[in-house]
Amino acid sequence: MKDLILDVKDLAVEYTRGDLKVRAVAGVDLQLGAGEILGLVGESGCGKSTLGKAAVGILDRAEGDVTFDGKSVAKIGRGKRDPHFLSLQMIFQDPYGSLNPRRKIGEQIADGPVIQGMNRSDAIEKAKSLLERVGLPANAVDRFPHQFSGGQRQRIAIARALAINPRVIVADEPISALDTSSQAAVANLLVNLVEEFQMGMIFISHDLSIVRRISDRVAVMYLGKIVETGRTEEIWNSPSHPYTKALMSAIPHADGKAFMPLDLPGDVPNPAYPPSGCRFHPRCPMAMASCATEVPKQIALADGRKVSCVLQSEGAAVKTLNFAK
Amino acid sequence: MTLLSVRDLTVTLMTGSGPADAVRKLSFDVNKGEILGIAGESGSGKTMTALSILGLLPYKGKASGSIRFDGEELVDFKPKDFRRIRGRDVAMIFQDPMTSLHPMLTIETQLTEHLRHHRKISKSAARAKVLELLDTVKIPDPAAALRAHPSQFSGGMRQRIAIAMALACDPKLLIADEPTTALDVTVQAGILTLLDDLRKKNNLSVMVITHDLGVLSALTDRLLIMYAGSEVESGPTAQLLTSPRHPYTKGLIDALPDSQSDGKRLLAIEGMPPELGKFPSGCAFHTRCAFAKAECSAGAPTKVGISTDRRIFCSVDPFLASQGGSR
Repeated sequence: MKDLILDVKDLAVEYTRGDLKVRAVAGVDLQLGAGEILGLVGESGCGKSTLGKAAVGILDRAEGDVTFDGKSVAKIGRGKRDPHFLSLQMIFQDPYGSLNPRRKIGEQIADGPVIQGMNRSDAIEKAKSLLERVGLPANAVDRFPHQFSGGQRQRIAIARALAINPRVIVADEPISALDTSSQAAVANLLVNLVEEFQMGMIFISHDLSIVRRISDRVAVMYLGKIVETGRTEEIWNSPSHPYTKALMSAIPHADGKAFMPLDLPGDVPNPAYPPSGCRFHPRCPMAMASCATEVPKQIALADGRKVSCVLQSEGAAVKTLNFAK
Repeated sequence: MTLLSVRDLTVTLMTGSGPADAVRKLSFDVNKGEILGIAGESGSGKTMTALSILGLLPYKGKASGSIRFDGEELVDFKPKDFRRIRGRDVAMIFQDPMTSLHPMLTIETQLTEHLRHHRKISKSAARAKVLELLDTVKIPDPAAALRAHPSQFSGGMRQRIAIAMALACDPKLLIADEPTTALDVTVQAGILTLLDDLRKKNNLSVMVITHDLGVLSALTDRLLIMYAGSEVESGPTAQLLTSPRHPYTKGLIDALPDSQSDGKRLLAIEGMPPELGKFPSGCAFHTRCAFAKAECSAGAPTKVGISTDRRIFCSVDPFLASQGGSR
């Protein structure tokens, strides 16, 4: 990988529910390079957002480490943050919740540069040019969030993240809340920005078809763990983990062939009580007896992807998975 | 055999700046045992069409034209008449199942209450029927589910319970408004399989409303594409998805991440769908259409009928030649 910029090592994140400790992220390794889009996919409740938040320092780590550009990421607190981490940014799913409804757009975008030491009138000028860059008129600086549609607000949130020349953006479901016509436009904008500024981006989404289109690499997450990670096209053409295959087979295609997507039984289990052995075994159509007891090791396949499944063997080509129907 | 026949349906809503037509001269049929899909972006009038069939239009909303359902004219219905058929002959499921389930009541209370309102049956008979329904929608351990509250189930299970409630009185027509939009793909696949089974086993007629063309491709027999309250194109699902003739339908299909386009960029339809009360004149899509001519903004688009069940509302019909169609 060229220019490693964000390195997640053996990361674990815990929530406390009463006396119970829930490990939402349970030992995750991820690397992100400059100019690269990494798609993070999985069902709701599997820990994608928690991983994203811990990567930028919004949540505390229970174990492991996240290094951004060589420095261990500090948790965001009340005190002043190391300016080094200003260029590590996050975009949230809901553009209604992430913008302050009572402040002008320009003021909100200018905040970051002002903190970095720019004077406010220059920062407002910068906000104008950023708004134009994301496809909004420069005079939007004097307007308020409610005067914009969902797609436009997400563009504003993107402009705000761009204001401090970020090197990494964690985008948590950035297009899920948008209408069909704005989804494609905002996705295209993100792709263009990553190329133009050579940023790294973690694109968190439950929509595999969009992830397939825009990301260079994909990480598939299930119940706090990454089960498979590798180049998008390779994973798409030959998934090596049954969960990846199940996720892909569940996508309906608008090809007019009346193809009924695969029905994977059950829901994501409660992370407070993860299943023994391989966490996917209770739902896995290809599970064997040993899967209930043995935790599968992460292995590297011939094409370089990493997978945690006993069906595959270290250094070998991908064994094609067949679900008996 | 036709179960629902809608002709020239216009739904007028009261907005801050006076009355506005959310649905304009819409006509379609739903046959027995058929699944019809209605697609379009938000604000295209999909949901208002459904609500007019159930008599649930917002305050001061008015439907005109004709809605013939099972031999009755619903446009003339009083609220009392709608109460008789709603939930019994026509049932509806929504995007968020929590809106149709009471959070404080057990599953047994809400499902049997509904059943006993429409059918004169004993409590124990109702309970037996509800157990059977929960089994039909594949809720694991129906007996335990009866004693539980909605919050104890996942989103997918709640949607199954909402479907069980909708099916309780053996409706003739089920209207599903974005039934899987809030769910994960894996859970969505389960709900789609369930709806498909129900149609096959019970000869149920279903109207599915969603913007997700993949869902519609899996489930529906026929499709109706709406834009700004009007039909732009309709026809058999496979035909319509493989050879769209209206520029808007073509745009929707090209915008799918699956569609062939180069590299990482997705194709998007330029611009935004118009707001209620601000629908453009003539063909409402002309402001975003790459093929628009001067005549498009002037008069209503010409209707092109390819066959008895396929029609397009477009005066230009730019894909006519490439698909070897005829007028």
